[in-house]
Amino acid sequence: MTDSQVKTTNIITESYQDLSARNWKRYFSFSTDHKVIGIQYLVTSFIFFLIGGIFAMVIRGELITPEADLVDRTFYNGMFTMHGTIMLFLWTFPSLVGLANYLVPIMIGAKDMAFPRLNAAAFWMVPIVGTLMMASFFVPSGSAQSGWWSYPPVSLQNPTGQLITGQFLWILAVAISGVSSIMGAVNIVTTVVKMRAPGMTFFRMPIFVWAVFSAQIIQLFGLPALTAGAVMLLFDLTVGTSFFDPSQGGNPILFQHFFWFYSHPAVYVIILPIFGIFSEIFPVYSRKPLFGYKIVAISSLLIAAVSGLVWVHHMYASGTPGWMRMLFMLSTMCVSVPTGIKVFAWVATIWGGKLRLNTAMLFAMGALIMFIFAGVTGIMLSAVPVDIHVNNTYFVVGHFHYVLYGTVTMGMYAAIYHWFPKMTGRMYYESWGQVHFWLAFIGTNLNFLPMHPLGLQGMLRRVASYDPEYTFWNVLASLGAFLLGMSTLPFIVNMVSSWIQGPIAPSNPWRAIGLEWLIASPPPVENFEDTPIIVSEPYSYGKSDPLVSNLEGVLGHHE
Amino acid sequence: MFRKTIIMDSSISSQPLHHEHDAEGNSYFAFIVFLCSESIIFLSFFAGYIIYKTTTIDWLPAGVTGLEIKDPLINTVVLISSSFVIYIAEQFLEKHQLWGFRLFLLLTIAMGTYFLVGQAIEWNGLEFGFTSGVFGGMFYLLTGFHGLHVLTGILLQGIMLGRSFFPNNYEQGHFGVIATSLFWHFVDVIWIVLFVLLYLWQ
Ligand code: HEM
Ligand SMILES: [Cu+2]
Repeated sequence: MTDSQVKTTNIITESYQDLSARNWKRYFSFSTDHKVIGIQYLVTSFIFFLIGGIFAMVIRGELITPEADLVDRTFYNGMFTMHGTIMLFLWTFPSLVGLANYLVPIMIGAKDMAFPRLNAAAFWMVPIVGTLMMASFFVPSGSAQSGWWSYPPVSLQNPTGQLITGQFLWILAVAISGVSSIMGAVNIVTTVVKMRAPGMTFFRMPIFVWAVFSAQIIQLFGLPALTAGAVMLLFDLTVGTSFFDPSQGGNPILFQHFFWFYSHPAVYVIILPIFGIFSEIFPVYSRKPLFGYKIVAISSLLIAAVSGLVWVHHMYASGTPGWMRMLFMLSTMCVSVPTGIKVFAWVATIWGGKLRLNTAMLFAMGALIMFIFAGVTGIMLSAVPVDIHVNNTYFVVGHFHYVLYGTVTMGMYAAIYHWFPKMTGRMYYESWGQVHFWLAFIGTNLNFLPMHPLGLQGMLRRVASYDPEYTFWNVLASLGAFLLGMSTLPFIVNMVSSWIQGPIAPSNPWRAIGLEWLIASPPPVENFEDTPIIVSEPYSYGKSDPLVSNLEGVLGHHE
Repeated sequence: MFRKTIIMDSSISSQPLHHEHDAEGNSYFAFIVFLCSESIIFLSFFAGYIIYKTTTIDWLPAGVTGLEIKDPLINTVVLISSSFVIYIAEQFLEKHQLWGFRLFLLLTIAMGTYFLVGQAIEWNGLEFGFTSGVFGGMFYLLTGFHGLHVLTGILLQGIMLGRSFFPNNYEQGHFGVIATSLFWHFVDVIWIVLFVLLYLWQ
């Protein structure tokens, strides 16, 4: 190593504060900077996360006693429908797209996304979607009430006879969020394929980029099927066609196919970026290279490919013939192979590493533990006999919350903590972060673990009242839910106060390897003064090869 | 003051520093990706049609015996030929012969319009509607959705035609024309499948 060769881990100490976003107003105005848009996505989706969370509190409040005594049943139906919809379409999808928006261009050495204005347009649709969803509480029919999957014929009922019903607004909102997602997906896929810096080959891309790329490919090929189903449902609801209305010769099962052909792969749209986050975080805080980089990278694409072939496992109980059940049971179990490879790689990465258990790492490890648990119940569910038994019970709700809360939301928290110093130029307060983690971890398990015995005993989901024999587990779950609700408070306090007055962050506080850590915190407007040239693979912890070359442009010009 | 750090690696120092991204290439790639995605919507409708057609007992609405093929066939021939016409237009543009380009683009627009009008006349003469059972629904959904695409294609061609009268900024790139033409071929291919499904497979 010559004098001019300096370890990538301690490069910049000062930052381009003057070039970056210092003024918070910038984050609330129209901008085409991918970083501003990324944060706009994150903040907006978090607000919806809170709203969805309040709805969850209403649901669990209702279920703390066996009687339906807190809210009336119509409202309750609206609550769980809107809770699920908001959590999926307005929290997980947009928050992950926000993170991808922020990180992907930097991680591949680009100055922005391929189409910055398209990017902004896609973002601004999210508040529109949210407004439409919320507006449905104020129309005479009340909000949509047929669950987030909105199966006909339930979703076709319209006792008020009006055109603008909650269900109508709901379909409209979902359709617009679909358009926004397709716009985002085209943009991200093009960015990854066409905008990589010289030397950034596919096998030098960070796993997060691989994961986002695979996930967005799923969006491109899955979402249009949902759109097709939604268009047909909308016509049934408004002009009186009979695609899905069995009393008029329609076929409601066809809707389920359209729905799950997208909505199963959608699970991977959500979980793949989380896997990407894991792969970024574990090496840093264990100070080891990611185990099996190439296999982990390829397994993302494999998961994306197989995910298109398993949708019928949600329809075992919908009169699906036996041979089809068998086929889809087998294909579903196939998904667990590439997924298992990834889990193995993370465990091997952590194994024997020098662990630094700060908040980001705690959240990532907690999320991994809960993902492993969810994987076990998931494989149980993929087996036809088990699924037939627990179908539509709280076992399913428990399973997917271990995925959606335990893994996805906790993984998102890990990401926010990990990249917070980069995004804001400030450090968060570690002690608040630890409090947040323990409240969330205990709350999640207390909330969702009891749902498994409840489901095995036969408690149905989507009910406002239940047999008193189920009271014990329900009380526990509700207490867990309130704890979980409370756990967001230290997070909000921490984020707001550190963003305003936290200690100034260096450009690479975690001594991590990756292009984003080579530039200032927060990054200057165009990320890199000059395009970096990438000369090695990511995750070279403990090795000496450099990551980039010609950083002169990145760092030099201001001297 | 910034601390300056250069990481040198002799193997790459000969590589060019400036790596310009080609915006037109990006748009072209993105447009193809978009068309792939859109074809899934059509594929979903096709799949729906096939499932209904093979499983519905009262497939045709009462009193309807089937679809007339002759006029739609003429329509089809016109639409398919227009794909060649727009290709010729593109060739003229390549050679910077703007008048040839305009002429053939105009011809494409005329053929597309002929198709749309023909479709409207057909719709008008049919004795079943959008709400006449699953068959009526599927028929109007498919032809209507496709017709919307034809209309979009015609509008795009109109814009390209208009733009060709401002050659100053037009000479810079032909991406708009390439995309329009690609879209038009896409619309045609979809129609071939539609024609087979709706008219030939009765
Ligand atoms: C404190 C946190 C949460 C609590 C207490 C909670 C509670 C619940 C309950 C009790 C249900 C079932 C309602 C019913 O079927 O009657 C439900 C459904 C659902 N939840 Fe959550 N949830 C929480 C967080 C989340 C998060 C973070 C997500 C997604 C990221 C999410 C996504 C869903 C979805 C998709 C459904 C299905 C809705 C449906 O099937 O109609 N939940 N939740
Ligand atoms: Cu699934």
